[in-house]
Amino acid sequence: MSAQRFGIHVQQTVLDDLARRLERTRWTTFPRAEHAPGHWKTGTYPKYLHELCDYWRTTYDWRRQEEALNALPQWRAKIGTADLHFVHARTNALRSLPLLLLHGWPDSFFRFHKVIARLSNPDAQFGDGVGDGAAFDVVVPSLPGFGFTGPVALGPEQPARRSAELLWRLMTEVLGYRRFVVAGGDTGSVLAQILAIDHPDAVVAIHLTDIGWHATLGLDPSSLSRPERRYVEDSRKAFQADGAYAMLQTTRPGALATALSDSPIGLASWIVDRFHAWCDGHDVDDSFGREDLLTNVMIYWVTNTIGPSMASYFASARSPSLTPDDRVERPVAVALFPHDIGGIPPRALAERTLNVQRWTEMPRGGHFAALEEPDLYAHDLVQFFRPFVAGAGAGDRAAQQERSDVHRAV
Amino acid sequence: MSIEPFEIHLPQATLDDLDQRLLTTRWPADDPGATDWDAGPSPSYLRELCDHWRTGYDWHAREAELNRFKHFRAVLGGTIVHFIHERGRGDDPLPLVLTHGFPDSFTRFLKVIPLLTDPAAHGGSASDAFDVVVPSLPGFAFSELRHQNLFGIGDLWHHLMTDELDYRRFGAHGGDWGSTITEQLARNHPGSLVGIHLTDVPFWHAFQRPPDLCPSEQEYFATQEHFMMKEGAYAMLQSTRPQTLADALNDSPAGLAAWLVDLFQRWSDCRGHIENRFSKDELLTNVMLYWTRQAVASSFAPYYDITHAGAPRWMLEKAKEWVGSSSRVPAGFALFPKDLSHPPREWAERFFNVQRWTTMARGGHFAALEEPELLAADIRTFFRPLRGLRPLRGSRTLHGVAPAARVAPAARVAPAARLRPRDGSRPRDRG
Repeated sequence: MSAQRFGIHVQQTVLDDLARRLERTRWTTFPRAEHAPGHWKTGTYPKYLHELCDYWRTTYDWRRQEEALNALPQWRAKIGTADLHFVHARTNALRSLPLLLLHGWPDSFFRFHKVIARLSNPDAQFGDGVGDGAAFDVVVPSLPGFGFTGPVALGPEQPARRSAELLWRLMTEVLGYRRFVVAGGDTGSVLAQILAIDHPDAVVAIHLTDIGWHATLGLDPSSLSRPERRYVEDSRKAFQADGAYAMLQTTRPGALATALSDSPIGLASWIVDRFHAWCDGHDVDDSFGREDLLTNVMIYWVTNTIGPSMASYFASARSPSLTPDDRVERPVAVALFPHDIGGIPPRALAERTLNVQRWTEMPRGGHFAALEEPDLYAHDLVQFFRPFVAGAGAGDRAAQQERSDVHRAV
Repeated sequence: MSIEPFEIHLPQATLDDLDQRLLTTRWPADDPGATDWDAGPSPSYLRELCDHWRTGYDWHAREAELNRFKHFRAVLGGTIVHFIHERGRGDDPLPLVLTHGFPDSFTRFLKVIPLLTDPAAHGGSASDAFDVVVPSLPGFAFSELRHQNLFGIGDLWHHLMTDELDYRRFGAHGGDWGSTITEQLARNHPGSLVGIHLTDVPFWHAFQRPPDLCPSEQEYFATQEHFMMKEGAYAMLQSTRPQTLADALNDSPAGLAAWLVDLFQRWSDCRGHIENRFSKDELLTNVMLYWTRQAVASSFAPYYDITHAGAPRWMLEKAKEWVGSSSRVPAGFALFPKDLSHPPREWAERFFNVQRWTTMARGGHFAALEEPELLAADIRTFFRPLRGLRPLRGSRTLHGVAPAARVAPAARVAPAARLRPRDGSRPRDRG
């Protein structure tokens, strides 16, 4: 099994077609919206979407973004029927540990672009000796169904578990790691938990930014303490108020996939609405910047993967891989950002399904913490994983040698 | 204010733009040959439909068909309202307003209009004839949406029927939003309504769960909850993030067709094959009225209204007021097996003076399109005993008088005995 070097090169016809579509956008305004500045009450604020579209058409330069993305070492590996795309940024540090970073929806491998250098070379990046000589070999895949990995036939049985299996094979069979750590949020949190449950020998520890819906909405309320019940009830209410996107994606994703594949502004609205809803503060540009927002949208657009990305909700809902009875026994760190979906759960709730060894309630940040608060996020990962580095690294010399050979071979 | 005749005519530029968009549709990267409707419309059917739209569908021919009906527009309270108005053929046609819902349009009723206006020509009796009025909901097709919210549409219709069309008393029929609006008419203007005929119990009554539900009502609540979890995402999205959804649907004709046609397949009695119930042309003409009028965003307004802007409080208050004091206006229900909800009669009787309850053997949410004969027959039968209770035509001299004063008190409270149907169905008295 081998990996091929990969670079992103979107055909000019795709970009020309996109420009034409943006130019002929048929704008519409929901009549009940009160158009006070910054108003997002009925959906993406129309004035903002207009501005974003103008920026997209006149200022945003995909080729420049493409160049920046291609500065990251990217590969593709055939595993089963999947053609898995991933960034593999190796560290030069002597004491190192492989780290798998898993994104969610509606983001992409791009979620982690700001933290890759911070993690592969923490001492240089943070300059405060936080890494203490240790660092990470960072692996960032595009999840099955997403971005440059694209649709993968996972079958009807526990598709999330099948996805996790592909990631495990990437780390072990393709990259030759025997032991590694995993971090993620959203879908990435689910996959990290599955990996830790299914491969406790390989997965040393995991770092999560949320505990997963199965561990909140899936619980029997009668078994919960009062604070837990209050949290679950609040989550339920929040879901009713703003969870329609998820409900649609778990029940009828195909009803919307056509429109989002055909309309770039519709796609941008669908995605940016979520970035706005789950950012810290009220200004999505302040949190992420237009360049990053659009690059993430572009990754969906140029690969035409919004359909499969939504379908992954549908498939997982039909055959869930995690239930409230599943428990992660490997050490878990939970870093909670106050503006993430659902806010901060009680630690006791997390401890029902996770072996929580580190619990951090962050002062700021939201769902896309690695993009919005890269220092806070990366720092927490380094702090938690550093004690595992020596052991894992020492036992892994042979494997490191082995995977070096793999990369030389391609 | 004047009522003006109206003809449907779409600008050529709109049609050309549509053609261009259909030609360049960028389809999702799913299996184009997949025929199942599991996660959304069948990809292969959707491609077939859009292919027909571009190459086989003849808008000008469909437009000519639509224009065979008599269309009008009137400015009501500052808002342009489009409606069809067809006079009945018979000695004494009863005026009847038919109200559509989502995801359809006035086209929902095109098949029943002739059956209702001219029953004699369709195996019925001329004495069952109706003057039929079919308005487009505000924000749908050729009606504007200005300031009215969902809860004002009943008053708007009353204004249209009485002040503009000069009817003194009339009947009303509807399903989906049409049943909510028809109920408003009966609640707010009982003196003007001889009866109302519905294909469902307006769903929002279930927002409040009375403590004394009987077993069949409990089952109804359970299936409603199940429906919302399994099928309700469209409504949740349209009520909470209508702008975000409309951004995409208003920019992609294939995407809009997918969104709307999905519901026609799921809610009709089509046995898995949508064309058992609707031709491609029928489906597309309905989609055309959303696409070319850029009406999708405004068509979501009722979903927003019913969950925002004080509406839940309004409904709970109304529901409290209405429970146990069912409106005096006689109500007939025709329930079709593949419709979204299957309320038991007990539930309907909490809110309505149920005089007729028909459980149909076939048909779904779009009964007027799917089973026009069954529906028309039920409407005729329901209204037959109610026809005697009116002067129908207002007198022009009454214009300018407050509507409530124009209805004689005697006409408002009809003797119960006369309201009973004569067709053998058993009315149930309420204490």
